[in-house]
Formats: sequence, C-alpha cells, structure tokens
Amino acid sequence: MSVDDGAVFDSGGLDQLIGVLRSAGYRTIGPIVSDGAIVYGTVTGVNDLPVGWRDHQEPGRYRLEQVSDAHLFDWAVGPSTWKSEFFTAEETVWQASIADGQVTFSEPDDDTGPVAVIGARPCELSALAALDRVLQGGAHPDDRYAVRRSGTFVVAVECGAPAGTCFCSSMGTGPAARAGFDLALTELFDGGHRFQVQVGSAAGAGVLAQVPHRSAGDGDRVARQETLARAEARMGRRLDTDDLPDLLARNLDHPRWEEVAERCLSCGNCTLVCPTCFCSDVKDATDLAGTVERQRRWASCFDVEHSLLHGGPVRPTTASRYRQWLTHKLSTWWDQFGESGCVGCGRCITWCPVGIDLTEEAAAIRTSAGALGSVGSVGRRTS
Amino acid sequence: MTTTKRPTLAVWKFASCDGCQLSLLDCTDELLALAGAMRIAHFNELTRNKVDGPYDVSLVEGSISTPADAERIRDVRRSSHRLITIGACATAGGIQALRNFAGDGEYAGAVYAHPEFVSTLSTSTPVSAHVAVDQELQGCPIDRHQLLEVITAELAGRRPVLPTHTVCQQCKGRGTVCLPVAKGTPCLGPVTRAGCGALCPSIGRGCFGCFGPSEGSNTGALAGRLLDDGMAPVDASALFATFYAGDPVFGDRALALAKTGEPAPVDDQDRPA
Ligand code: SF4
Ligand code: SF4
Ligand code: SF4
Ligand code: SF4
Repeated sequence: MSVDDGAVFDSGGLDQLIGVLRSAGYRTIGPIVSDGAIVYGTVTGVNDLPVGWRDHQEPGRYRLEQVSDAHLFDWAVGPSTWKSEFFTAEETVWQASIADGQVTFSEPDDDTGPVAVIGARPCELSALAALDRVLQGGAHPDDRYAVRRSGTFVVAVECGAPAGTCFCSSMGTGPAARAGFDLALTELFDGGHRFQVQVGSAAGAGVLAQVPHRSAGDGDRVARQETLARAEARMGRRLDTDDLPDLLARNLDHPRWEEVAERCLSCGNCTLVCPTCFCSDVKDATDLAGTVERQRRWASCFDVEHSLLHGGPVRPTTASRYRQWLTHKLSTWWDQFGESGCVGCGRCITWCPVGIDLTEEAAAIRTSAGALGSVGSVGRRTS
Repeated sequence: MTTTKRPTLAVWKFASCDGCQLSLLDCTDELLALAGAMRIAHFNELTRNKVDGPYDVSLVEGSISTPADAERIRDVRRSSHRLITIGACATAGGIQALRNFAGDGEYAGAVYAHPEFVSTLSTSTPVSAHVAVDQELQGCPIDRHQLLEVITAELAGRRPVLPTHTVCQQCKGRGTVCLPVAKGTPCLGPVTRAGCGALCPSIGRGCFGCFGPSEGSNTGALAGRLLDDGMAPVDASALFATFYAGDPVFGDRALALAKTGEPAPVDDQDRPA
C-alpha cells in the first residue's frame, strides 16, 4: 500500500501505541539504557525508553550523557541489533536420546510469540531485509529464523541525530525510512514535542486507528524534512561506493591488508555487532545421560577455525581474515545477494576495541589503487 | 571405551592450587552420573581409595617445577591411556612461571625463610614440555562446563568442542556492553581465549586473560590501546604477566612492555595457526 504520512501524536500517543501492541499479544522490544549504552530490551511504555539521553560515538569509543529534556530518540544505534532477536546467538537445532535401543529426535519450540520492534532505525530496516534474504529468501530457509521472524510488527523511527560513525546516507539506507515498516515515526521538537507518523502497511493502519492522533499539517511535514536534512548534514562518515565492489576485487593483494592487520586484534567484535553478518557454527554435544544435542552458535570470519579445512585454515593470517570481512561486506555480497552487505550503521567502527574504520580502509585502498592498477587481481569470487 | 567395564579415571596434582581438580567436584549435579560412567581410580581430593593403573583417562593438574615432578609425570604418562592436562599451570606453567623471568632462586628467596630446604627447578613448565599430551583444557581455573565437555567427549569417542576464538565473542553473544569502548576499562578479552562465558566483563570487570591467548591474537595492537588509554607500560606489562606468563604470546608481550615501554616491538603478527 502507498505510504500515508498523515498522522501526528505526542509521546502520550507513543505510550498508548506500545500498550495497544502489548494487548495484541506482541513482545514489545525497544531501546533502553543499560550498562552505559542504549541496548534493546523489553519496553512497556515510553518511560522505559532513553528519555533525555544522548550518545557520543567515534571509532572505538561510545559514551552516553543524560540531559534534562524529554527527547526519546535523539541518539544513533548502539551495540544491540535486531538480528539477535531472530537469529539468536545460540540455539539448539535438535536433540536426540536413546532409550531401549530406540533413538528419539525432538526439536525445540522456537515460537516465542510475535515481536513488535519499537524504534528500528532506517539502516536497521535495510539490515533486516538483507538478513531475510540470506536466511529465509533462498531455496533452504532457516526454519527457526522464519518462525521467530514471522508476524513481526515494525515501528521505525527516522534518524535526527546520526552518530560520528554513521554513514547510512552513503549506503542509501537512511536517514529517512522508505520500506520495511508498519509505522514509521519522526520525532519533531520545534513547535512542540511530537511524532509524525507514516503508515507502511495495513497492519500499521489498523494499529494506528486504535491510538488517538491528529492529521499532519504542512508545518509537520516541513519540520520532518528539516529534521532529515539536518541528519544528512550531521552524518559522521561517508563511503564512496562508486565502483567499490570491483575496486576491492581488483585489489586483493593490496599492501593495505597487511597494514590493517598490524592494528586488527582479530577479535571478531565487528562481525558480531554487524546487523547483517549471518555466519554460524554447528556443533554436536553429548552428555552423561545419553542425550545428543546439535547446537548452532554465531561465528565470525575472524575465527581461525571458521576457515579450518583438512590441512589447515584457508585464512591463516589476520590480513586474510580482515580482507574476507571487508570484501564480503562491500564486494562479494553483491555477487551473492545482489546488494551491499553493509548498511552504513557504523557499529563495527564504534565497537572495534581499536577503532578500525572500514570507510577509512576502503578509502585508503581507493586512494592508492590507481597507482597499482589491477596488480594482484585474483578474480572476483573469492568468498 | 564403550566396553561393559567402566573406564577408569585418575586425577593427578603437580605444582598447582587444586582449584582445577576441585572443578570436578563442583560438577555437583553430574557427579553421580560421572561416577556411574567412569570408575574413579585415583583422586586424592575425593577419596583415599586408590586403584593401581593403568588408567584409561588421566586428568593432570599443575606445572612441572621440581626434579621429582619431572620424574613423576613420566610415570603418570606411562600408566595413562589418555592424558589430559587441565588448567593454566598444566598447560602453560601457571603463575609460578613468573620465576622463568627471574634469576635463580629470586622468588624462593622472597617467599621462604630458608630457601635452601626447597628443591625446585629454575623454571615452571607445562606438562607438554615433558611428555606427550592428548588434550589440553585451558583456564585458571578451568570452567566446569568445559571439563564436562572434555570428559563426555572422551566417553563418546568424539573431539571436544573447545573454542579458540576470543572472550569478546562470548560478550557479544550474551549482550554484555563492551567495557573498553563504553567505559574505558582495560580488558584482555580481545586476545584471550573464550571458555569462561565472558564472566568478568558481565560483572563490569575487564578480562584478566585467565584462559590464555586466543588463536591468532594480536597482543601488540591491544597493548597499543592500553597505552593510548593512559596505562603505564609497566602496568600493561603486569597485565600480561599473570596466569599465562609462561605462554610466550603473553609472556613476550609482558617482557617487551617492561623492557622498552613500547606496545609492539615483538612481531607476533600472523603467528601461524
Ligand atoms: S559493516 Fe559495519 S557499518 Fe556496515 S552494516 Fe555492518 S556494522 Fe554496520
Ligand atoms: S563471512 Fe564474515 S563478513 Fe561475511 S557474513 Fe560471515 S562473519 Fe560476516
Ligand atoms: S576490525 Fe576491530 S573489531 Fe574487527 S576483528 Fe579487527 S580489531 Fe576486532
Ligand atoms: S568487554 Fe572485553 S571481552 Fe567483552 S567485548 Fe569488550 S573487549 Fe571484548
């Protein structure tokens, strides 16, 4: 259905919206302040949201500060991702037990009820779409992901305050919400604290109908455009995506990979905070009672064991592992899925303990690639 | 080992604090099942009963730090079908491997009134420096869930699942907010092997590195961050010189920091996996 941007409510309306979703049986998950960061957890109303909180982000550094106003979404994404709600960090795939020579298999019930995502940012809508394509868009969908993901209600919030590490405008994913939501809000301050609401689905319209609101006027629409323009101007980083997939594919032996490897810890934080990284590892466990369990856990291409084959790892060096990460996000993801694996959220930059910045690494390769021409190109499909 | 006879289990102590072998007694819920699956043939912390070897599985705790122990570990190896070392002492020399960096008798002189009565080697070394080891389990102390994993894997005849990646990955898995990034707290998690479940960061304390280096870790880059955050080189050195000082990945970094005050003169990049 076409997007209708015609409604406005205040934070009391948002509170009622959360209430309506809860009465409809959704688990309402949204931003909360915990341990010095804005993370995702259960929200039961607007008072659970980060009231008056601001973030300061730069490579390898994140700080929160609370000021005395009632702004609810004046910050950018933190370390949590919606990925962990649907593609959980650890899960049991199946169990088997033996009794009287008889093997019985069972699968855990992954249906924990539909989730209402409160406050998904535009880059996160793109990330969820990318994850959907990978995990349930192919010939062999991940059933457990599909069960958890089914019936998700998405309340998006457009960005007014990108962080120093954000670059969604370079990736074409933000700061405006374009698709993938049931309702999208823009928090407006000038002329009174309020939210302009866009409707993105019939479900969204149905829920909005249960929340008191007024029609949007020209003043609201102008305020929204100004908010988005301010956000564009505040974008902390940019990434030149022109010819980027091929540029990287032509520079697989660029000396920059060795240089970044001297700084990289090979810790894997970047991959696990990335909202689109989907790698996992499957292992079998036995216990003393004779139960066998197949378990799946998040994995990272920064693990040596991630590329372990007979004879040793395919990517034995940090340089080869960093190259896998960066080229998968920005180059080979296009070959696999026809789009970018990076949505420009900046998490991997902020949450890298040594502040390695993929926009800077890509730019460094671009700057010196000309001189190198296509030296060392070993073909495109290397992932 | 799937005979009708229960396989035998022996537990041995060398230079150590007993914490790792006590992790076996700490498996309270599983202890009866374990006693049903294996015959506990030698375990001084549990029983004075001793059954003569050979043993199917030996768990060895502690480092080799005396001439007598250097002999005794050979006897243990000869009487064990499978020998599994447990804990930082047995796998890397333990905290007592700090003596490896000091002159002969320097530590003994500082600790004992009459060091002349103490007969020790000048180094504390891992069991693997003396005899062949079939499996190593890291940690100071080891994690009891990992110990059960190793034992159940032995019983099932499969390889145990023991991660070699970083503590950071367990932090991220459980949703702990990163301490160095959000608070500036020093943390060895990015170079430390997972296994504890990211226990310390989950209660707001930086990782001490008590599971030893992760595979492919870059201690030089982490030392750089510690110094950038204002830590003195001598303190950063001390951070690397604890339970796994005997492992060269941490020990060399500690030495380099102490000697030069620089984070990364030692080239440990891309250490082969
Ligand atoms: S690669 Fe980095 S900036 Fe891009 S989506 Fe992943 S975490 Fe965000
Ligand atoms: S290979 Fe690496 S970059 Fe690609 S999805 Fe997996 S963890 Fe992410
Ligand atoms: S780029 Fe940063 S977060 Fe990623 S593995 Fe390297 S040090 Fe860790
Ligand atoms: S708190 Fe420490 S172990 Fe956890 S992610 Fe941060 S650096 Fe890694």
